[in-house]
Amino acid sequence: MRWYWVDKFIEFNSGESAKAVKNVSLAEEHLHDHFPGFPVMPASLMIEGMAQTGGILLGEKNNFEYNVILAKVPRMDFHSWACPGDQLIYSAVLENSGEAGGSVSVTATVGERLVAEGEIMFAHLSSDDPQLSRIDQKNFVFRMNLMDIMTVGKAGTGES
Amino acid sequence: MAEDIFEKVQETLVDALGVDDDEVTPEATLIGDLGAESIDFLDIVFRLEKNFDIKIPRGELFPENLAAADSGFIADGVVTTDGIAQLREKMPHADIDAFANDPQVSKLPDLFTVNMICRFIATRVG
Repeated sequence: MRWYWVDKFIEFNSGESAKAVKNVSLAEEHLHDHFPGFPVMPASLMIEGMAQTGGILLGEKNNFEYNVILAKVPRMDFHSWACPGDQLIYSAVLENSGEAGGSVSVTATVGERLVAEGEIMFAHLSSDDPQLSRIDQKNFVFRMNLMDIMTVGKAGTGES
Repeated sequence: MAEDIFEKVQETLVDALGVDDDEVTPEATLIGDLGAESIDFLDIVFRLEKNFDIKIPRGELFPENLAAADSGFIADGVVTTDGIAQLREKMPHADIDAFANDPQVSKLPDLFTVNMICRFIATRVG
């Protein structure tokens, strides 16, 4: 099964910014061990969720021509927790994009509360790279109806 | 002007590589002294583009595959005269004269210095 750490997009401004939702639930088993008696969303998985939000933003800009690979997290600061019942909003703003990759600035918030903020960098790998024969991000995005949820359009109203 | 460029380059490298500003001296090598890895070069390019409001085409600041085995510019672990000429063409911002005195392939990474970035930027913002 594929590694999904966003539930849906709520805003998508092509080539500029995106927002996605991650609902934190006690039904997720990893919360039972992280930590026993004090379930909080692991910071590493929040980074993955923010990277998926930003990575799809970058991939869509190039029509999924490249495989977008998380390359580096130059900075990430955590200010607060996300607990079961919280709805995390991951926001990504495309700061740079070029032939070789791109970078985004990201935040994670619960309501007005800032949970995390930082920067994430991606590298582009060619889709025909033999080492990547089993990765098909375009297919992944379409198969999971992520493109459908991207039709949220500019203001999240459903108008594209 | 040169001082302004150095200060901004220094700030860029502190952010990209997580080093202290006093480590970023003009002579410091990016890989040997500042611990840069391959992906950091892309990060550095992005930050320079933003901080100086310039575009840096791929491979201009940090040429790729300098020491490729099939380049024909390397023999017995040493960069040939043709290779040196090629380096001068590809990297006019690097100190090729110093490298040419002892052109071992293993020393190619030392061409990437803080000064090299400053010289490159000076030609773009000048």
